[in-house]
Amino acid sequence: MTPDLGKYAFAVLGSYVVSLVLIAAVIVLSLVRSRRVRAELKRIEERLRNG
Amino acid sequence: MSIWEYANPVKFIRATDRVLPWVSALALVCLVTGLIWGFFFTPEDYRQGSTVKIIYLHVPSALMAINAWIMMLVASLIWIVRRHHVSALAARAAAPVGTVFTLIALATGALWGQPMWGTWWAWDPRLTSFLILFLFYLGYMALWAAIENDDTAADLTSILCLVGSVFALLSRYAVNFWNQGLHQGASLSLDAEENVADVFWYPLLVCIAGFVALFIALVFLRTQTEIRARRARALLARERRA
Repeated sequence: MTPDLGKYAFAVLGSYVVSLVLIAAVIVLSLVRSRRVRAELKRIEERLRNG
Repeated sequence: MSIWEYANPVKFIRATDRVLPWVSALALVCLVTGLIWGFFFTPEDYRQGSTVKIIYLHVPSALMAINAWIMMLVASLIWIVRRHHVSALAARAAAPVGTVFTLIALATGALWGQPMWGTWWAWDPRLTSFLILFLFYLGYMALWAAIENDDTAADLTSILCLVGSVFALLSRYAVNFWNQGLHQGASLSLDAEENVADVFWYPLLVCIAGFVALFIALVFLRTQTEIRARRARALLARERRA
């Protein structure tokens, strides 16, 4: 199943690892910040509503 | 019904909330399909050997690194001309995504260049303009972070974006302008003879669709976040004044 990458294994696998890690990082960081900001806004709005 | 209706933050969030799950799913399906197809089920190239498999990451990320900056340019121009906050925040939201795509293009290019050209890096017109584009991305994000007033930050970053667009365009057309350096011409072409072979082209097309969908999904999500963060800052400022 796994292709024989021969002498270029480092270059090919390195490219996939670096790219997938960076893509995963930007997705996770975006989701985490989205949840944090959403919760923070909700908290501020509730505090202002309740005086 | 006009596109400018989406300049209203509430309408923008409501509209993007509806499409976000679909675009995210499309990105996931295309990326998984395209990368598995390209990595496991395509042959080696007769010149590049197995390094041709890097094309499925390098080409879409380089394409989107430039397109992200062009999207930021359009959003910045809308901010300068029409003063819609959502457009300025969309440009801000796109910058980290564009930075990651630029970094992927630079890293995969270096990893491919070492065995193919015998060097990780060369001061070739396309590579150099791409590195400068990366530095512009960093500068753009730093400028947003450094200025407290949102409108002033949007004004100054818009100007920076206009200047950086020169390098975004140079990155795309450097090979044609100078016709020198190590980097080959465009991998994608409408001319069937210049374009990559079909066996590489179809999975590449799926990967490009995946990167485009991922960019759209992340920009929608991050713009929503920027809108909410801006509202939170405004409410806190109002509370302090009261």
